[in-house]
Amino acid sequence: MPTADKATKKGQSLSNSSILPPLDPQGKLQLYRQMLLIRRFEEKAAQAFQQAKIKGFCHLYIGQEAVAVGTISTLTAEDAVITAYRDHGHALARGMDANSCMAELFGKITGCSRGKGGSMHFFSAEKHFYGGHGIVGGQSALGIGLAFGQKYLNTGRVTICYLGDGAINQGAFHESLNIAALWKLPIIYVIENNGYAMGTSVARSSAGDPLVKRADGYDMAGLIADGMDIDDVRAKTAEAVNLARTESLPTLMEIRTYRYRGHSMSDPGNYRTREEIEKYKKFDPILLYRTRLLDDKVTTDDALEAIDKEVTAEAQAAYDFADKSEDPAFETVYEDIFAPEDQIDEIPRRNLPL
Amino acid sequence: MQVITYREALNQALSEEMERDERVFLCGEEVAEYDGAYKVSQGLLKKFGPKRVIDTPISETGFTGLGIGAAMYGLRPVVEFMTWSFSLVCYDQIINNAAQVRYMSGGQFSVPIVFRGSSGGGLQVGATHSHTPENWYANVPALTVITPAFPDDAKGLLKSAIRSNNPVCFIENEKLYGYKDEVPEGEHLIPIGKGKIRRAGNDVTIISNSGSTHRALAAAKLLAEDNIDAEVIDLRTIKPLDFDLIAESVVKTNRVVIVEENKPYAGWGAQVTYEIQKLLFDHLDAPVNRITSLDVPQPYNGKLEQSVLPNEERIIAGVRETLA
Repeated sequence: MPTADKATKKGQSLSNSSILPPLDPQGKLQLYRQMLLIRRFEEKAAQAFQQAKIKGFCHLYIGQEAVAVGTISTLTAEDAVITAYRDHGHALARGMDANSCMAELFGKITGCSRGKGGSMHFFSAEKHFYGGHGIVGGQSALGIGLAFGQKYLNTGRVTICYLGDGAINQGAFHESLNIAALWKLPIIYVIENNGYAMGTSVARSSAGDPLVKRADGYDMAGLIADGMDIDDVRAKTAEAVNLARTESLPTLMEIRTYRYRGHSMSDPGNYRTREEIEKYKKFDPILLYRTRLLDDKVTTDDALEAIDKEVTAEAQAAYDFADKSEDPAFETVYEDIFAPEDQIDEIPRRNLPL
Repeated sequence: MQVITYREALNQALSEEMERDERVFLCGEEVAEYDGAYKVSQGLLKKFGPKRVIDTPISETGFTGLGIGAAMYGLRPVVEFMTWSFSLVCYDQIINNAAQVRYMSGGQFSVPIVFRGSSGGGLQVGATHSHTPENWYANVPALTVITPAFPDDAKGLLKSAIRSNNPVCFIENEKLYGYKDEVPEGEHLIPIGKGKIRRAGNDVTIISNSGSTHRALAAAKLLAEDNIDAEVIDLRTIKPLDFDLIAESVVKTNRVVIVEENKPYAGWGAQVTYEIQKLLFDHLDAPVNRITSLDVPQPYNGKLEQSVLPNEERIIAGVRETLA
């Protein structure tokens, strides 16, 4: 079982000092705000799920906020982000609107995928957010495609592809790592190691500790970061992003984190103890950062409370927006299947007789 | 007009489209330095360089996913499967990613990609290498499935497929790579979703595709000696289906035999049969007959394999049964 302590000790750096420019107080508060927005959004989503306003699967990100916010804060707005099905946190960290995210959970036409994707399939072309993917590990192969496109078109951009610790045992992951290293693609794979592949602990599902060792076989840089400490996440990610951007080389990161909630909302949680969860809450990434901001006199208690009020209101507004939005009309079921043609005549398609 | 092989026609299509659009690239196993396992990509590495003609590791999931991601990013990949039988290894990428991303993203991302490679039986390569997968992919909404039978269609349809903004499964036939025929030079586009009457006739409509079109034409020739005048439709595109062309012919002949290399259960002919009985019931003078591969895995032995395929003998018997 990885712990936050162990993660810090095992953390290895490509260089000794951080290449990130220091954040001004405003920037620090922005990180805090984003993490707290994700937390409040997810709490609201859990409530809506219990009210049966959200159906299907709903995988919450609570506890892992520093990973999405920390990593994405090192990117430019044009870099590409792709993740798995636990995607709400990454979407919000990428700057997607809380309203459209919540509306997607509610299955409404105002949702970020017009109510056709659901919790696991958030997308935003505008924010360079390439999903939201439901099959464990499948997005790792799409990730090399994004990075390949970035390199092919000489964009100077990079891709972060997230996956859980359970996904590293999928063939798609290994095939993608091999190609990323072989073709020198500007991609950062982030294993969000939250200790559990659904209900199976890392110890019972993955040989080899730390997981980042899997980079070695592909001659790829590997980094470990403490996912409860956003500053550590940022420092390590910045090194990987720099390597991708300046030398077009991939990195595998293992970020040690913990999710407080079940795998999904329907998780009985009998594979771990309440004590374990309580223990991790002491390393809570938001609490930790809050304490640091106060200790460093970056801000005041009142200012942080005001942020909490703001994001709580934002989550509530998202809930209200989603609740009031319309279901998609039936006609939309036949929309968004085919892109319009512009280089050949439109292909004659018809609805099959039923 | 030039007379070239099916293989050369495909090669011309690739070369012309790569010349036309720098976003088009080709990747797959042995496509570059080896010049293609079936030599479809011969000379392309020399012409376009390693940035655009790319040998991949033997990782169908990896390079197929890469193609899909690159397509989402705005490139126009052509992903070669050495044979479509190997596409089973990356079925998830094709079905769950290429075919669903546009819908799941509410229309935000499109996937302009061509998956192509050889397929079909008859070359004694055994059960794992002889699949005829058009029905597997035609079952998936959002996928376009093309199966050319002649060099001119191979060229014209591949060029259209590369220009399409949607994912296309372009399923070639291993036995046809050496088949020679006339092909127009230069710009030559065949519309996707349109079938073609390869032999006109009045007594019975034979509907076929790919290698089965050649078997159907051979059978029609023999039937003609017996004064049975068969019309042979080559569907060319399996999905979307050119039902108008089928209907026109069925209204004329009132009898239908479908010839397909798919195994019988839910082969593409089952869908065509359903639509004919649903929409043209009053025009039928006999039940629709289907000549498919037998419902067995592909055997290695040559004689056995020929008996499993929809061979001329079975087609002729099927036509006679329909006319009886």
